[in-house]
Amino acid sequence: MSNKLAGPQLNRRNFLKASAALGGGLIVSLGSVPTAALAATELAPNAFIRIDRRGLVTLVMPQVEMGQGIYTAQAMLIAEELDVSLEEVKIEHAPVNEALYGHPMLGRQMTGGSTSIRAFWTPLRAAGATARTLLMQAAAKEWNVDVASCRTEQGFVVNPDGRTRRAYGELVDMAASLPIPAAESVKLKQPSEFTLLGTSAKRLDTRRKTNGSLKYGIDASPPGTKIAAIAISPVLGGKPKSVNEPAALAVKGVRQVVITDDSVAVVADHTGAAKKGLEAAAIEWEDGPNGTMSQADILRQLAEQSQQAGGVARSEGDVTAALQNAAVRIDAVYQLPFLSHTAMEPMNCTVHVREDACELWVGTQNLSGAKQATTAVTGLPPETIIINNHIVGGGFGRRLEADGIAHAVKIAKQVKGPVKVIWSREEDIQHGYYRPYYYDRISGGIDTEGNPIAWSHRVSGSSIFARIAPAAMQNGVDPDGVEGAAHPPYKLPAIHVEFKQVEPQGVLTSWWRGVGPSHNIFVVESFIDELAAAAKSDPVDYRKRLLTENPRALAVLELVADKAGWGEVLPKRHGRGVAVQFAFGTYLAMVADVSVADDGTVRVTRIVTAVDCGLTVNPDTIAAQMEGGALYGLTAALYGAITFRDGRVEQSNFDTYLPLRIEEAPHVETHIVRSAEAPGGIGEASTSAVFPAVTNAILAATGKRVRTLPINPEELKA
Amino acid sequence: MAFTLQINGQPHSVDVDGDTPLLWVIRDVLDMTGTKFGCGQALCGACTVHVDGVATRSCVTPIDSLAESQITTIEALETLAHGKALQDAWIELDVPQCGYCQSGQLMSAAALLSDNEKPTDEDIDSAMSGNVCRCGTYQRIRAAIKLASA
Ligand code: FES
Ligand code: FES
Repeated sequence: MSNKLAGPQLNRRNFLKASAALGGGLIVSLGSVPTAALAATELAPNAFIRIDRRGLVTLVMPQVEMGQGIYTAQAMLIAEELDVSLEEVKIEHAPVNEALYGHPMLGRQMTGGSTSIRAFWTPLRAAGATARTLLMQAAAKEWNVDVASCRTEQGFVVNPDGRTRRAYGELVDMAASLPIPAAESVKLKQPSEFTLLGTSAKRLDTRRKTNGSLKYGIDASPPGTKIAAIAISPVLGGKPKSVNEPAALAVKGVRQVVITDDSVAVVADHTGAAKKGLEAAAIEWEDGPNGTMSQADILRQLAEQSQQAGGVARSEGDVTAALQNAAVRIDAVYQLPFLSHTAMEPMNCTVHVREDACELWVGTQNLSGAKQATTAVTGLPPETIIINNHIVGGGFGRRLEADGIAHAVKIAKQVKGPVKVIWSREEDIQHGYYRPYYYDRISGGIDTEGNPIAWSHRVSGSSIFARIAPAAMQNGVDPDGVEGAAHPPYKLPAIHVEFKQVEPQGVLTSWWRGVGPSHNIFVVESFIDELAAAAKSDPVDYRKRLLTENPRALAVLELVADKAGWGEVLPKRHGRGVAVQFAFGTYLAMVADVSVADDGTVRVTRIVTAVDCGLTVNPDTIAAQMEGGALYGLTAALYGAITFRDGRVEQSNFDTYLPLRIEEAPHVETHIVRSAEAPGGIGEASTSAVFPAVTNAILAATGKRVRTLPINPEELKA
Repeated sequence: MAFTLQINGQPHSVDVDGDTPLLWVIRDVLDMTGTKFGCGQALCGACTVHVDGVATRSCVTPIDSLAESQITTIEALETLAHGKALQDAWIELDVPQCGYCQSGQLMSAAALLSDNEKPTDEDIDSAMSGNVCRCGTYQRIRAAIKLASA
């Protein structure tokens, strides 16, 4: 996701404000917050740091934890500068408050696009450093010494005499009465002074994830909660035609049947009764205009419309002439399917609608969107909406959309007391906001030496920005639609890249882990491999020669080739493939090893990555994201496809939308380049790289080029 | 109808239909939320508990089949022979990402180790194959099981 989301960015000068917390204590918050707004929030924990008189440090996390390790990483940013031990801080979720917790790049309160560290790297460190400066000033004042002669040590300010110390807790009242130091006077540590950042600190949320005590949104149960099982019209735009309410109500434990414009919910004492009631309700649907749509229609439309010109994202050199003069020219069509997210925690939301307020318990990546959706459905003023956000049991982009919240609030409006709406896995898979189907036409030409002299790429597919932030569209180009395509890392003298918006009827589309790059890197890295093959050049050598002006990309490529043993002779029907990318502010190179059985079954046996994501916060988290991101992409490469028939999604559960299982999971090896550059994102990088690394390896193993995903074993038979 | 279930050594009386899956009794009726719902069809393992020591998908196990059984959930993992060792290994290797699948993973791993104290890679594959992790923590799960069994 690019930072063009949601129009104008918040203009943050990252100035900080401190104030006395009610009941004693120091609050340091960040943001362009008028004093009054801040004063009004003193009662609530609306700041990044709270230190109470006992010295308990509470850090409020602006970004949502969904497995990517951000709670720990962002806590590390603050703890490093505040000089407190990570083990002793308490972590809280930020409440909805865009003024205090809005994302500096995305302009809203949301977590996505591998931006959390990039956006908060400086602000959170500044928050920590400001608090530390104030505490030092307070101690210096008490001791009547120069503040510059004091230092801090894990929660204490140390007197220049080296013996006298004051715990932070003892200093908070005095510190809160001091004026906030000017931003320029607060010194952030140099990377060489870091003692915490760059270390593999243990994650703060692990223990609770090993004993069942961590509460996800689906575990919330405010007193009196009823459970609702929901059935949404199987066809987008359809509505309930008949519902056997008496049969549903006859099920033991069922309390109520709720019918909305496009869904039926059965409310009961527990999910078992609710599901049984939903089945008894024997719902019939009126399909509406999308009831006849099928996959073939969508593909036909894409095949046709992708022949028309789109908006130009980039055009340099004379591509048409260069293609004509090419010694070898390749024209290819690449196709990528609709994908579901299938986070392990099924969609759910608990809602209590009262006359004058509405409270939600949910795990969302998008607090701003959740609040907007709730306001829209209830008509209540935004300030009466309370959202209790939770650690998310897998987001992958699905929880950036607030449709599940809107559905739940609609149901809750008709229910007395709190109701927890739980989607079945089938509802989750069949009512997604899917990764768009992309249909890419790409042409390239090489000269007699094998150098690429022409590169022409037209992306066709649904535009997410056109739906959620039309202002980000520029001459018809969706910036996400061409991210990873418009600026390949290679030297390409003539390049022309277009985006053609083609909206499929009756399908909703949205962000999926890896966003634009998870589609474009597949096409670009496959096609550069095609050109390398046409040039009869080794895929790594070929890339190297096109990366001479891109030292960071070249360095990760060389590292990965070395670590993976590139060039070794492999057994028959085994192959090694490579991919290089610059995306999310991070350079990544990956090598995948595959073996392809005679029946076409593909097995990925090893993945090696080399990553340069600038300064690192937590190397072990980087490794974990390389592992998880690669498997997420690999799952889709091997199996992922949502298809439609009669307006309905054909897949329904993990038996038809297959997840990768432990026996299929390759070992992922991560090598991190030491770097002093600004931090890059790591939550999605390996997801986008794994598609071409694997299909390039399949080419090496079988001689067959995979241009349509998911990989089809039928086409890879010996 | 009222049923009495033995869960984590305690009797619990519930009044629900006999065909109600154990998962919903544990989660919704008894508010023990460590056991997770992932698919409802015995396809993902998120709901794994032990029934008389055997790893069992609670989402497809009706409670009227459990009258005589001892049920153990993630909340009592520590009381199992290898429970603590597994938890320590999970923490040592920072296995969980979102963590949502991990209750089920740990319960399956505990059942594996109680049958087989020194599992090979193949043993781990076959015992853990039914537990899906969408965050892709498999290699750490494998390493952590080995660490716990070492
Ligand atoms: S919820 Fe029981 S196996 Fe998936
Ligand atoms: S840790 Fe997220 S599904 Fe396994």
